[in-house]
Amino acid sequence: MVRRGIGLKLPVVLLCLMVAVSLVAFGCGESGEKEVYNIGAVLSLSGPAAPLGQPEQRSLMLLEEQINADGGIDGHQVSFIIEDDESEPAKANTAVTKLINQDEVAAIIGGSTTGSTLAMAEVTEKSKIPQVCCAGGTKVTQPVKEYVYRTPPSDAMAIEKLLGYVENELKIKKIAVLHDANAYGTGGADELQSKCGDYGIEIIARESYGSTDTSMVGQLTKIQGTDAEAVVVWGTNPGPASIAKNMKELNMAIPMMASHGIANKKFIELAGEAANGVTFPGGRLLIPESIPEGSEWRKAVDDFSKLYKNEYDLDIDTFAAHGWDAGLIITDAMKEAGTDSEKLNQAIEKTKGLVGIDGIYTYSSTDHDGLSVDDMIIIIVENGEWTFHGAEAEPVN
Amino acid sequence: MRKVVFRGMKADEKRNRVLWCSIAVVALVIALALSLKGSKGLQWVISGLTVGSIYALVAMGFSIIYASTRVINFAQGEFSMLGGMLMYTFSSQVGLPAWLSFILAVTVVTALGAGFERAVIHRMEGASVVALIIVTIGFSIFIRAVAKWIWGTDPVKIAAFLGEEPLRFLGASIVPQSFWVFGFTAVAVILVFLFFNRTLPGKGMRAAAGNPDAASLVGVSTSTSSLLAWTMAAALGAAAGIIIAPINFAAYSFGVMLGLKGFAAAILGGLGSAPGAVVGGLILGVLEIMTAGAFPSGYKDAVAFLIIILVLLVRPQGLLGKPEGEKV
Repeated sequence: MVRRGIGLKLPVVLLCLMVAVSLVAFGCGESGEKEVYNIGAVLSLSGPAAPLGQPEQRSLMLLEEQINADGGIDGHQVSFIIEDDESEPAKANTAVTKLINQDEVAAIIGGSTTGSTLAMAEVTEKSKIPQVCCAGGTKVTQPVKEYVYRTPPSDAMAIEKLLGYVENELKIKKIAVLHDANAYGTGGADELQSKCGDYGIEIIARESYGSTDTSMVGQLTKIQGTDAEAVVVWGTNPGPASIAKNMKELNMAIPMMASHGIANKKFIELAGEAANGVTFPGGRLLIPESIPEGSEWRKAVDDFSKLYKNEYDLDIDTFAAHGWDAGLIITDAMKEAGTDSEKLNQAIEKTKGLVGIDGIYTYSSTDHDGLSVDDMIIIIVENGEWTFHGAEAEPVN
Repeated sequence: MRKVVFRGMKADEKRNRVLWCSIAVVALVIALALSLKGSKGLQWVISGLTVGSIYALVAMGFSIIYASTRVINFAQGEFSMLGGMLMYTFSSQVGLPAWLSFILAVTVVTALGAGFERAVIHRMEGASVVALIIVTIGFSIFIRAVAKWIWGTDPVKIAAFLGEEPLRFLGASIVPQSFWVFGFTAVAVILVFLFFNRTLPGKGMRAAAGNPDAASLVGVSTSTSSLLAWTMAAALGAAAGIIIAPINFAAYSFGVMLGLKGFAAAILGGLGSAPGAVVGGLILGVLEIMTAGAFPSGYKDAVAFLIIILVLLVRPQGLLGKPEGEKV
């Protein structure tokens, strides 16, 4: 990058380099010569979204440890200040205000859910502090907010992936949609409805269910009475597992597809045998073999997976990946921009080809999603295991 | 003061109830017959009756405590949740056989219900019924928080008692677990009905609620009958939670939904009446499945509850409930 207005002289550069190298070599942190880079994070560590926030927190702690062990960013130690929103958007809003005003953080990570993220965005947009979230809701980046970015594949991306599969692989035209009546399910169903025309697919039945409903037999018998060739279920556990069981009970022959909301082993555990044959779009990291061997991305996933296993004795999941990537994107931009929020925001927006765990991030002024559809694959449950059918396009760098 | 009414002793009142019971059942059957579209209607009935039986068991828990103490126990759904979660712990985590896990889970929840009655409800003697109801709400929040802390937020799976392969007949299918649900509900309602209407302690419990002072005078202990009611309600609730879990999983948050639906079923059938709880539960279960299948499913809860409101407008005391005793 060119620094405008400063005539760079070779001796100065050399001097700077020497200072930097010596600082790194002799441990700059001990006497606090360089200020610590504070990054705030608001995650759902308790409440219903805790299964999302906790792995995100674990990843951030790992990343902090790793960056600081390697000498920090230009000698600045990094500190993630993590707050819990208890899965409530209102509390996320309060927490982010505290982080910005009291802790004077340079950037914000979070929230874990779309609701919290949007509540936080009200504050970060006003304070002009960059925010990198771990939530998939379409509204987060459509329309693009100047200071808000995301790490996970967006819901819109998952829908494109799924509809592409329906059109090109299953080659069917008529689908039924059965969605959770909550915000996630309704948002997904709306998106499906608006996009399906582009793929020549028609939604001939759209039904909903409540998150804690005991039986979805009523809705399914109705779908049975139509000529739908597949059922697309949009929701998170345990709804889709109940539906898989009900479909088996009703002897329904048409395939069940679902959202990336079931991209966890819990779904297979709950649905048991009924899980077999269910397909859904998911990140490649769920099946590392789907990432070309020898690529930087594959190496990043393998390393992260090992690191995470060593520290916590747990397998990585998508949420761990979102947390890690959010931290990575901000700290990577800090290498160049330091802690000036405005510069940092510009640096994040210029991120190009950054290899994370979820995929390879390239942001632009019109795209704050970062990933692309090819960072996802269609996953099929076979014999209680995730598999992928191999005919996927190579991910693009 | 309320008039003491011993149901089952007055012939005319009994006839009245039987009449309403048959009308309700007939109405149910007609409604179903009308909606029968090939095997679809039958499927709705089977699935609806399974779900409805669980609502019925929860509703019976509400009714038992109400009939004996006039308290509405809003922690009733949590007893079912705890039953399911403990079943998971004993059978899946500890690895005990299903029958032993069942007994242990029911025992623990029953002890909790009885313990709560002794530790809190009993000590609040003289407090208004409203105060007691609020205490049960607090208790439900407490149970939920502790359950979340112990088991986390993820739903868990519990193996079906007799396999999961659905049986098919007349184009409809039924999971074997449903038979357990039907059987248990039938036995439970008969036992509870007989206890309250044919045995001395049962009649005493109802008397204790109707007129505590008069009941005490004739030697019925209101304290004992309250304890007995809580014990029975907790046991029934736990059992309901356990037998539905293989069909619907179990999670710390499921008590709220079960409690709400069970309460609605109890109101519909007539709070305080065991057969009413069953009729209310079954109707609610079938209505839910049917409306989801016959109307745009987004409106299913609205339709089901609208019908309940309409029924209550015509018959405020519920289908099989008796009017409140006149004030003297």
